Amino acid sequence: MKAAAFDYVRASSVDEICRLLADAGDEERKIIAGGQTLVPLMAMRMARPDMLIDINDVAELAGINDHGDHVSFGAGTRQRAIERSDIVSDRLPLVAKAVRNVGHQQTRNRGTIGGSIVHGDPSAELPMAALALEATMILRAVSGETEMPIDGFFEAAMVTNIEPEQLLTEIRIPVWQDARIGTGFHETSSRQGDFAIVAAAAQVALAEDGKVTRAAISVGGAAPSPVKLHGLEAALIGKSADGFQDIIALVDEEIDAETDVHATAEYRRRVTRKLVSRAIDDAIAEAGK
Amino acid sequence: MVDAPANLPNYRYVSRKRRTKEDRRFVSGRGKFVADVEVPGMKHVAILPSPHARANIISIDTSAALALPGVHYVLTGDELGEATSSLFHGLDLPNVIWHPLAVGMTRYAGEWVAAVVADSRYIAEDAAELIEVEYESLPAAVDSEKMIDEDQPLVHPAHGTNVLFRKTWEWGPVADDFASMPNTVSYRARWGRSSTVPIETFGVVAKWDDVNEIMDVWASIQMPQYQDQIAAALRIPMNQVRVHNDVDVGGSYGVKRGIKHTVLVTYLTKKLGFPVRFIEDRLDNMSGGDAHGPDRIFDITMAFDDEGVIKSMKIRALDDVGAYPGRAPLQLGKPMTALCGPYRINSIEYEAISVTSNKTGQVPVRGFGQSPTNFAIETGLERVAKHLGLDRIEVRARNLVRKDEFPWKIPPGSIYDSGDFHAVLDGIIKTSNWDDLVARRDALRAKGRLAGVGIATCLEPGGGNNIFEFLFNPKLEITTFVESVLMKVEPTGAITAVMCTTTSGQGHETLVSTIAGEELERDPDTIRVLHGDSLEALPTRSPVASRMAIVLGTATSKAARDIKSKMITIAAHDLGVEKDQIEYADGEFTVRGNPASKLTWAEICHIAHKQFHRMPPGHELGLQAYAVQQVPGAGGLPDENNEVPLYPCFSFQAHVPLVEIDPDTGKVKVHDYFIGHDCGTAINPDIVRGMIIGGVAHGIGAALYEKFEYDADGQLLAGTFVDYLLPSAHEIPPVVDSEHCTPSPLTSLGQKGSGEGGYLGAPAAIASAVNDALAPFDIEINELPIRARDIEAALYEKTR
Amino acid sequence: MKQVEVTLNVNGKDTTLTIPPRMTLVDCLRDELRLTGTHVGCEHGICGACSVFLDDEPIRSCLMFAVQAAGHRITTVEGLLNEDGSLSDLQDSFWECHAMQCGYCTPGMLVASESLLAENPDPSEDDIREAISGNLCRCTGYQQIVEAVQMTAKRRREGAANG
Ligand code: FES
Ligand code: FES
Repeated sequence: MKAAAFDYVRASSVDEICRLLADAGDEERKIIAGGQTLVPLMAMRMARPDMLIDINDVAELAGINDHGDHVSFGAGTRQRAIERSDIVSDRLPLVAKAVRNVGHQQTRNRGTIGGSIVHGDPSAELPMAALALEATMILRAVSGETEMPIDGFFEAAMVTNIEPEQLLTEIRIPVWQDARIGTGFHETSSRQGDFAIVAAAAQVALAEDGKVTRAAISVGGAAPSPVKLHGLEAALIGKSADGFQDIIALVDEEIDAETDVHATAEYRRRVTRKLVSRAIDDAIAEAGK
Repeated sequence: MVDAPANLPNYRYVSRKRRTKEDRRFVSGRGKFVADVEVPGMKHVAILPSPHARANIISIDTSAALALPGVHYVLTGDELGEATSSLFHGLDLPNVIWHPLAVGMTRYAGEWVAAVVADSRYIAEDAAELIEVEYESLPAAVDSEKMIDEDQPLVHPAHGTNVLFRKTWEWGPVADDFASMPNTVSYRARWGRSSTVPIETFGVVAKWDDVNEIMDVWASIQMPQYQDQIAAALRIPMNQVRVHNDVDVGGSYGVKRGIKHTVLVTYLTKKLGFPVRFIEDRLDNMSGGDAHGPDRIFDITMAFDDEGVIKSMKIRALDDVGAYPGRAPLQLGKPMTALCGPYRINSIEYEAISVTSNKTGQVPVRGFGQSPTNFAIETGLERVAKHLGLDRIEVRARNLVRKDEFPWKIPPGSIYDSGDFHAVLDGIIKTSNWDDLVARRDALRAKGRLAGVGIATCLEPGGGNNIFEFLFNPKLEITTFVESVLMKVEPTGAITAVMCTTTSGQGHETLVSTIAGEELERDPDTIRVLHGDSLEALPTRSPVASRMAIVLGTATSKAARDIKSKMITIAAHDLGVEKDQIEYADGEFTVRGNPASKLTWAEICHIAHKQFHRMPPGHELGLQAYAVQQVPGAGGLPDENNEVPLYPCFSFQAHVPLVEIDPDTGKVKVHDYFIGHDCGTAINPDIVRGMIIGGVAHGIGAALYEKFEYDADGQLLAGTFVDYLLPSAHEIPPVVDSEHCTPSPLTSLGQKGSGEGGYLGAPAAIASAVNDALAPFDIEINELPIRARDIEAALYEKTR
Repeated sequence: MKQVEVTLNVNGKDTTLTIPPRMTLVDCLRDELRLTGTHVGCEHGICGACSVFLDDEPIRSCLMFAVQAAGHRITTVEGLLNEDGSLSDLQDSFWECHAMQCGYCTPGMLVASESLLAENPDPSEDDIREAISGNLCRCTGYQQIVEAVQMTAKRRREGAANG
């Protein structure tokens, strides 16, 4: 399990990275940040870039900043930094809950939020949370900067809509300003710390009367990509803690579950309903406190 | 923590908490594992596996691979098959040919087709990708149940059938016993294809020296007769093979048996003239390492009275050994050793069927087939209790062999040496606060969770007397199962002991030094224990079968006692008294009743090595002893009823777990685990405890997580650590153990085996707990591993 | 083959090597620097046998290329020993508690545990299990490892209180 040969460049600026990507020609050039997804793929020779562009030294690509209406994450921000961040626990409690389910200390120390999103693993927790909250991604290329909503970014299992010459530089996750907000995150995996077989994330805002005024719900693992449950989100508006069970079945229409060695499609569908329901329960309860 | 057994004799070192000899090098990062062995000039091997479960090899083009700079050789099956002899099978299967690389046909996905030798593993892998193989893909034989009666593609066409072995034995009056019993239960229990999967893969380094005509081999090996099999395959005399046993083995639990890897590498070094190394990577290991474990379907009927006392049982066991059987089919034989578990069953019918399939080959796994069988038997005890509405513990208690009945002979012939099964069972019911566990279970249930308490007992045969092999293959008329120790006392008094096997975590250096220290009243920390190489060899059958404490331990006692007796002879002569007047204590040989007349340990060593004039006439100079120990009670062939005493010593365990199941996801959480065990005298309690808890962890893996899953075309779906799930520290609960000690009458200090019991009992105990949790829904799952999805699906079916 | 020159700081010592960029850090430590205490169990980031410190954080050295480690401090199990070569308190507790059998996972376990203790001097059993959950051990069932970490934490706390 040794990677195929490649050239290695340790980049020192975003401009340099974009230039290297732009000049790729026929070569496949890949960004390496934490390497936690890419390196195993290379070891199995399922990925074989001609050049690796190491972005770990580029300071502007790391860091968590509070901008009031959103929190920005440099794409190279480590999962460990997110786990330890006060900004995240104060402002993005859903992200804080999600990151607790990510991997193990050794992988969180290297793995980055950008890598996790760009690889499009169907069951990674951070992309799910970012998707639920409608994050915006900032992509850079020699031609300039593009903003892209995360919804629609995930194409298929391990496939995302990023162009070969683009670099993900930043992820902006909106901070809700509503008065009463609650979050819930539930996951089941074969072993604790494994990628989710099914995970569900929910954030709600409640009115004074305990009715949902706003909902953000996503699931991971259930389908080949993380899915935002738009239909359920809309249906949840106006519901309260004990009044949403009848709409949970809407989940089925929004996910396209598959069978693999870890679980059957039926299992994924049924468990998704259950975990989504638990996540909503938790979110409403927390918001009601 | 371990409760010290109450009846412990007054040992100084044995059974005391003492640091091991081995751990120091491991915590320092100074273990010497096979991948740490550096032989100057060695080159590296990478393998090209077959993508097809079954295919004809039409052609292999190695030219592009050979042209890559840094590549030295590409070997294919045709050359190797020509130059070496077929590898060893336990059964007599003249038409099942087995070579390290596929010859003409590939028989499973992942089978090795070609091997590249290059300057580095990196380059070797580059070259392997350049080998072009043309295959004709063929349908594969995958479903073991279909092998017997249905037309299936033939795995080994020359053998003519996919059934490798099928035979039924009857011990005792089965028909009469069945006729006399008012009740029967019949059930199926299924054991999924899993294995021990050590964290270190198999590796081997070999160097042929053509001037001295010697093949040096360093390997991560745990296998009887390794050197014999290398020599046979290479067609060279055994004294040209030198296996270095001082290589630390990074876990084995039975499976480190890389004979095909070794034949490949030894052939290459001999052919190419430089040292060659092959360290499996995880992909090689999982799909092509031939290290899978039993894959078994049991169909069992038990006959019992209204009190739940079982009189007789019929067992049919169908095992899928994969493409190349090796010794694997004999794993259906070992369970004969304790075929009725710890229970007083009067008669048994046993049908053993071994089939081959287009899957990765199976090897001996911890317990050599006993763990699946124990799971199947315990499933029956649960069924009997359910059938009669009796308590699960009570049913077991009514069937256990009683303390005053030892030695107890079971129908196939084994003689259980000693034990107090009821005391261990009662003990664990107390230690676990059974009633309290049940109350906790009920409290969880009241909260809407599913919860269950499990119980299982198991018997761990130890010692390794494999005469059952003769029942599978009369050509295996082997009745010695020895271990040996060479012990030397240096002129200055220091003690060195030599054993001739590798160690894979069992702590043999600690075992030998502790027993030698106890016998000779010398500090074990000062005793050096060496792993001699196979040419210095003393006879060994290797550390399989929970046998080292029993056989190597007894050999150590014997050698030490021999040394002591020689020293007493020298002392008596020098002090001018009869031998029986010398008393030995604490390193001093004193004339009884005359404390002033004595010699020290050092003085006698000096005399023995340096002072001929003070030696008893005719007495051998120096101080050394060589003990060869046969397995106690072994040595005979089966009688006309196919009865024969098998392993000599029997340890006993009772397991009690509490599990909780998430009703929505089916996920099982093991909360608590209690285990009571009796393995006679524990030489080093920390080692025994570690093995037992580690065995439990391994059993939890087999029960809930681990499976080499295949699809219908014979593709392995669990070939990485992402898909084959070894339990982590989260999945294994804290384990509370309590120890009971019934010494074995057959060993030097009463010791028995302890390497397997955790693994033999845990799968059954976990299944029992899960089924207890599912009982309110009238669900019973008797197929391992029981995964979250299986539970969820069963619940869904019942409740929708 | 493509080769690059890198200087690695391992256990406080700088070494300059010429290696292919694709060489993983663990292969480099073991084969080039002959620091064989760090082990390889899977090469795909699951087993934790290859754990080392990168600066002060444990990482999996099979998931990093050696060239990437230039400019960082790497500490392996060999570097956990006290300066005089004696065993660290954690190593000593592992020995005392027999927190291993075959010893293959041990270096990785030591790294994972040391990292926990540096951050949390009084970890609960759950904290310990979480910290070592990315390190697979097939021998021990983890319990004696947990006990060794608890023993070290206790000794350190007592040492701090007395000293
Ligand atoms: S070898 Fe690095 S995690 Fe297994
Ligand atoms: S001690 Fe053997 S794998 Fe942990």
